[in-house]
Amino acid sequence: MARPFFRRRKSCPFAAKDAPKIDYKDVRLLQGFMSERGKIVPSRITAVSAKKQRELAQAIKRARQIGLLPFIVK
Amino acid sequence: MSLYEHVFLARQDLSQAQVDALAAQATEIVEAGSGKVTKTETWGLKSLAYKIERNRKAHFVLLNIDAPGAVVAELERQTRINEDIIRYMTVRVDEHEEGPSVMMRKNERERKRRETREERD
Repeated sequence: MARPFFRRRKSCPFAAKDAPKIDYKDVRLLQGFMSERGKIVPSRITAVSAKKQRELAQAIKRARQIGLLPFIVK
Repeated sequence: MSLYEHVFLARQDLSQAQVDALAAQATEIVEAGSGKVTKTETWGLKSLAYKIERNRKAHFVLLNIDAPGAVVAELERQTRINEDIIRYMTVRVDEHEEGPSVMMRKNERERKRRETREERD
């Protein structure tokens, strides 16, 4: 069947067995899920599952609170 | 008793000894209320992502605490009074991480990378 705009669904980066734990202290990991402006990237782009996206958002917000991550980058 | 992670940021112009004293003070408060501090980590002087009370950098300290909620409330109250501490955050966790946290491991990783680079050059 010819489906021109079909793209294989990527799996959640936190679903793998040796996936990193989402932790507010892991700045390097969290930065990978933020835009250059410091915004949280939507899960439809990063393919993170809904459950993990909620955890991720929580972790990023905690890291922002203690000054590890920026709220905005001007 | 619940498990907590308590992170606080001390002013940048304090010395390391003063920061250690602050950590000891916090430990005392927890222990006075029949709690336990299972781990103390000082991440050192790190630069902040944004200015907090005119500080560009801050000393980070992490305490893993096993104590009842009332003790944490007391610790937070004392922390708010202390002007050397510019920010704090206490998070309840289901379990404490064994060994050094990501922050310490990262420092090690970077040091190792630097060493290998120096060897190569």
